[in-house]
Amino acid sequence: MTNAMELYQMLPKTNCKKCGKTSCMAFAVALMAHELTPEDCPPLKEEPKYKENYEKISGLFKPSEGATETGLIVHEDLCFGCGNCVVACPPNVANDPYGVGSGNAPTNPNKLVLTVEDGVVKAQNLGECRRFGKNKILCNGCIVTCPVEAIEFV
Amino acid sequence: MEKNYYVCTGCGMLCDDIEVEAEKNIVNKVYTACRVGVAHMKEGTDNAVFRVGDKPVDEATAVSEAVAILKNAKNPLIFGLGTSSNEAQKLAIELAKKTSATLDDPSSFRLGSLVEALLQNRFKTCTLDDVRNKADVTIYWGTNPSDSHPRHLSKHSYFPRGKEKQRGWEEERTAIAIDVRKSHTAKICGNYFFEIPPGGDAEFIDALIAALSGKLPKTSYNFPPKRILELANILKGAKFGVVFVGLGLVYSLENLEPLFRLMDALNEKANFHLIPMVGYSNTRGFNENLFEETGYVNSVKFEDGAVKHGPEYSIVESLKAKTVDAALIIGYDPFSSLPRSIAKNLLEIPVISLNPFETLTSRNAKVYINTAVGGVESGGTATRMDGVKVDFKPVVETKRLSDEAVLKKIMEAL
Repeated sequence: MTNAMELYQMLPKTNCKKCGKTSCMAFAVALMAHELTPEDCPPLKEEPKYKENYEKISGLFKPSEGATETGLIVHEDLCFGCGNCVVACPPNVANDPYGVGSGNAPTNPNKLVLTVEDGVVKAQNLGECRRFGKNKILCNGCIVTCPVEAIEFV
Repeated sequence: MEKNYYVCTGCGMLCDDIEVEAEKNIVNKVYTACRVGVAHMKEGTDNAVFRVGDKPVDEATAVSEAVAILKNAKNPLIFGLGTSSNEAQKLAIELAKKTSATLDDPSSFRLGSLVEALLQNRFKTCTLDDVRNKADVTIYWGTNPSDSHPRHLSKHSYFPRGKEKQRGWEEERTAIAIDVRKSHTAKICGNYFFEIPPGGDAEFIDALIAALSGKLPKTSYNFPPKRILELANILKGAKFGVVFVGLGLVYSLENLEPLFRLMDALNEKANFHLIPMVGYSNTRGFNENLFEETGYVNSVKFEDGAVKHGPEYSIVESLKAKTVDAALIIGYDPFSSLPRSIAKNLLEIPVISLNPFETLTSRNAKVYINTAVGGVESGGTATRMDGVKVDFKPVVETKRLSDEAVLKKIMEAL
C-alpha cells in the first residue's frame, strides 16, 4: 500500500482548495484515511494532463474483489479454522467475554465480527470491527494471531 | 437460550463446544470446530459393510468368522483403540484376557512412555482448563499444535481469557516454541522461538538447566548462550508454567531422564506442569484403562491370568519377530503408518479390521467390519489429553455398529 507522500506526488500540487481541504497534502492524507475519494479533486478528474495519475490513484482505491467494507479478506483456502483470530479480536472479546473471549463457542454470534463456520473463519457485523467508521484504528489483532496469513486487509 | 453442544472426537483435544446443523442424518454445517473437526463430523454414512475375504457378507457371518480366527489363534494381537470409547477399550482388555492376546496401542511408538510416567505421578500435571485460567508461560516443545490440534492455542493455552488471566495474551501470557523448524506455532511465538538441530533436545535441556542455576549454558551446536539465559529468566519468573511435550521431544530423547531433570529444575525455581500432546481422541484413555487393570500403559501379553509386559509385546516388535498368529486391528491402519518391512508381516496372518473407513489394512484383511464413527455415529466416554473424562453423544444415526457393540458380540460368541 502506498503512503500519503506518494499520493501527493501524483496530485496537481496547486493547492487550489477546490476539494475543501487547505492543501494538496491535506487531500492526500484524507485520501489515505478513506475520508475522500479521488473524484473529490476536480482538477485531477477533469483536466486531461492529470488523466494518467487520476486512473492510477483510482486504481489504488478501487475496492478489491471479495474484500469487505473494512478491506478484510479471508483467504479460505489457507484458513484451517483454528479460531485464534476469533478469540483475539477485541470487539469479539468485548461483546462475548464468556463465549469466544474465553475460547469457547460463541454465546451470541449476532454481535461478533469473526466466527468459525465449517472450519473456515467468516467475517460479519463489520460495523463492530475497529477498522470501521470514523474513529477507526489500524487494529491488527486478527492478522498477527493467524499462523497461516489467511487474513489480510487491503 | 440453551444450546446443544457436541464433542468433537477429531483429535486429543475433544473440544466440547461444537454446534452442528444436521438434517436427515446428514451433517450440513459445523460451527466452531476447526477444519479437522469439520471433516471428522461430516464423515458419517448410513451404509454398513461386512466382508470376509473379498466377498460382502452379513453381520452374523463376519462376526462368527472373526470369532473363529480368534479362537484358532494361540497368540492373537489386539491393536489400535486410539479412537474407541473407554467402554470399548475396557471390553478389548477383557477380550485380550480371554484369548491370551498381546494387547498394544499406537502409544507404544508415540507418547506411551510419557503418559506412563505421568500416571506414576513422576510429573506434576494440570488440566487444560487450569492452563486457560492460570497459565502465564507455556512451552511447546517438539510439537506444533497449530497444525495437529488447531484449536489448542485459541481454546486453552494462549489466546483465551481465563479466570486469573483477564487481560489476555498480549499482556499476561508468554508462548515459547522449541522445535527443529519454524512451524506455524513457532510463528505465533515470534521472538520466543528457539530453533535447535534435530536430536539436539537433550543438550538443550542440559544447557537450560545450567542457565536456570546461573551457569553459562553450552551446547555443541553453539546455540547463543544469551538466548538460553533469556529463556531461563522467563521460565524462572513463571507463576504457572506448562510444558506441552510432543513427539518431537520424545523421539529425540533416548529416555525420559533429561525431562525429569528439567521439570525438577524448573519446579525448584518456579511452578511448572507437563501435558502430553496426545494425538488420537482416546489414546490417553486406553493408557489409563490398561494402567488401572495391569499397571502398564501398553505392550502387554495376557497369559493364564498373568500379565507380561515389555517392548517385545509392542506391535512393531511382535510383528517383527512374528510371534503373533492373528490380529484384531481396531480403528487403525498399520499398513499406512508402520514401516513396510514390519506391516508386510500382517499379510501372513489372518487380520480382522474394525474401521469406519476403507483403509489399506481393511482391504488386506480377512474380515472387515465397518464400524460407526465414534463421536459422530456412536456415543461413549473418552479421556482428553490432560486426563479429563468427556462424555460424547452421537450426532447422527447409522446402521453401523460401534466398536463397543462389535466387541460385545465377539465376546458373547467366544
